[in-house]
Amino acid sequence: MDFNDTPEEAAFRQKARNWLAENAIPESELEGDNLIHRHRPWLKRLYEGGWSCISWPKRYGGQGASPIQEVIWNQEQSHYPHLKTHRFSVGQKMVAPTLMEFLEDRPETLERLLPPIASGDETWVQLFSEPAGGSDLAALRTRAERDGDAWLVNGQKIWSSHAVEAKWGFIVTRTDPTVPKHKGLTCLYLDMENPGIEIRPIKQANGESEFNEVFFADVRIPDNQRVGQVGQGWEVAVTMLSHERLAMGGENFGVDYEALRKLAGEVCIDGRPAIENAQVRAKLADFYCVEAGLRATTNRAISALSKGKNPGSETSINNMVIGASTQEIAAFALDLMEQAGIVLDESTQESSFFQQAFLSIPSMRIAGGTDEIQANIVAESVLGLPREPRVDKNVPFNELPGGK
Amino acid sequence: MNFDFSEEQVLLQEQARKFLADACPADLVRSALHDDAPYNEELWKGIVEMGWTAATIPEEYGGLGLSYLELVVIAEELGRAVAPVPFSSSVYLATEALLLAGSEEQKNLWLPKLADGSAIGTFALAEGRGRYSPDGIYTGFSNGKISGEKSVVSDALAASFCITVARDSNSNEVGLYLVTLNQDQAISQQALNTLDMSRSHSSIHFDGADAQPLPAGSTDSACLIDQLLDRAAVLFAWEQIGSADATLEMARDYSLERYAFGRQIGSYQALKHKMAHMYAKNTLARSNCYYAAWALNTNAPELPVAAATARVSATQALFFSSKENIQIHGGVGFTWEYDCHLHYRRARLLAVNIGSEFTWQDKLVSATQQAA
Repeated sequence: MDFNDTPEEAAFRQKARNWLAENAIPESELEGDNLIHRHRPWLKRLYEGGWSCISWPKRYGGQGASPIQEVIWNQEQSHYPHLKTHRFSVGQKMVAPTLMEFLEDRPETLERLLPPIASGDETWVQLFSEPAGGSDLAALRTRAERDGDAWLVNGQKIWSSHAVEAKWGFIVTRTDPTVPKHKGLTCLYLDMENPGIEIRPIKQANGESEFNEVFFADVRIPDNQRVGQVGQGWEVAVTMLSHERLAMGGENFGVDYEALRKLAGEVCIDGRPAIENAQVRAKLADFYCVEAGLRATTNRAISALSKGKNPGSETSINNMVIGASTQEIAAFALDLMEQAGIVLDESTQESSFFQQAFLSIPSMRIAGGTDEIQANIVAESVLGLPREPRVDKNVPFNELPGGK
Repeated sequence: MNFDFSEEQVLLQEQARKFLADACPADLVRSALHDDAPYNEELWKGIVEMGWTAATIPEEYGGLGLSYLELVVIAEELGRAVAPVPFSSSVYLATEALLLAGSEEQKNLWLPKLADGSAIGTFALAEGRGRYSPDGIYTGFSNGKISGEKSVVSDALAASFCITVARDSNSNEVGLYLVTLNQDQAISQQALNTLDMSRSHSSIHFDGADAQPLPAGSTDSACLIDQLLDRAAVLFAWEQIGSADATLEMARDYSLERYAFGRQIGSYQALKHKMAHMYAKNTLARSNCYYAAWALNTNAPELPVAAATARVSATQALFFSSKENIQIHGGVGFTWEYDCHLHYRRARLLAVNIGSEFTWQDKLVSATQQAA
């Protein structure tokens, strides 16, 4: 047991490190607040250097890197936090692997779609959730009806991140309401400049507008932009969701043990640093245990990759644990500040980051599958527990309450 | 990165599990709750024959010279089996104390006996209720003799000697002393009734018993005790995680075979989510145990943080898992004949044996402050 690279891994790490040292764009040269525009020049440089989406095949813009090489690359890149390109992850980490799986027999389409994802020229929006289909995604109602060699799409999507900037959308639609709900779905991709699409930003509880509503009125999508078979949409969507769960996690808004420990050393209880207080110490220790446990769990998964094995089921707990834990830490940090905990000072990004995080964290526990859905996934796929019986399983969608 | 056990270590663990499934079934643990024997001698003999008591003792002292990575997988299996034997006292504490601070003479005399099972050792710390601190140690050592009262000592009724925490009346320093327990005139033991009678406990009264200091060497003797507890904490945590996983498996299996309202109770989200949380806590604790095993095995400077992290999370995971296992079983989980209470009892013994969750939370934060 050790934390060392194999000689091959060490060589790859050195190569990645050297390239980053020579090519990283300094923070002072990045422009604007919109992270997609801000990071596009960096993605371009990554792509031209062969360091964007390195696990993809070469013909699509990657370098055919192994999973462990990708981990090493991510570790090295994380030393440049101002260059974190997570705003591109819908296309890069979710859409692209799904396209590669379901359009395997159409390499010319992949050659058109994938390289601009890697270079950052084209971003994607995931058009899955609907007002009537959240945790029960398959209850979605957006219709796609056949019209010659195309589909006419009508309906509404919601919680679509960064739809405004997106060149392409990946949509799951209902193509047959006369069969049970999971069987009547079909996936398509579409140009977001199509006539009939209207995007309305949602003002969120934290005051920002990252998510959108997207409305479709007779939007025409050619059938050759279908992903998977007609009626295979659920399988395609689930594949993309499993990539989403891998892509999520790791985002903690800077709310971590070290930040909390520093704060507890600065603020006072009864005239002494709060960190000397036994209750505070007990809470700090618990937060540390979760954070260290997640880190060590990731290292176990990386070790499996390093040996060329599939990681075990242990990382499935990440999405279930991290949001709730981060929320507890943020709330506790505000409590440590007592009355001052309520003050939201927006003059710099650093001031009030616990307050900002406190407002944003509820979304961590919902996006990409709620904590409760994540717990179901652990219970069913790891522990082998049965699903809840489903009253809607064998009923045609249009005969369900609310299915019309 | 190779943050994993080797194939040989995994094989050793499988052998240990097989051996204990056969030699230490739950009925044996249950019967140990009400027999008078301080430990199960036949099981202990088997464990000695497997070489587990000799695992980390160097070959020059009659041991196998294995690494701590071998010892932790054995610890996990002993925890899983709730084994009614003095392994933690003798191996994680007495053996470790000798390895850490024993004189050459003490090591030559005792380590071969610990290895071949002809001696069992234990560790005496507590004097009354409340958290250990050097200030609370009144047992005194003077001119080769020790006097005082140790209120709760695990496995001393089975042991030939006891590593005892006492105060040197000359230097006023608190240190470790080796006391053989066959001194009838100077030592009296009183058996205690406890929550987990599958392991024996007693109070010990020392009245001028012969004792030898363990030379601390250049280490401050209070630090030495902390070092010993850090090392033991890693091994205790592995026992705890073994028991925690066993209770999760019991809960899952029962929830698949028990029906209520026309379906398996394991299909209700109230129970699925409970078990998913048991799994999450156990997994975090296990991963922390991995890290602590690495730190113990390499004697890394991170050991104090890693040991406390493993200890706190394993204590919490096992308490949660052992109590919710009873809950998932419902009424039968509260019967003597079901195995749930064996883990619930042992969970508390393991939780307080070398310092409670609250004590280790405090140590954890101290260790992160020192590391910063």
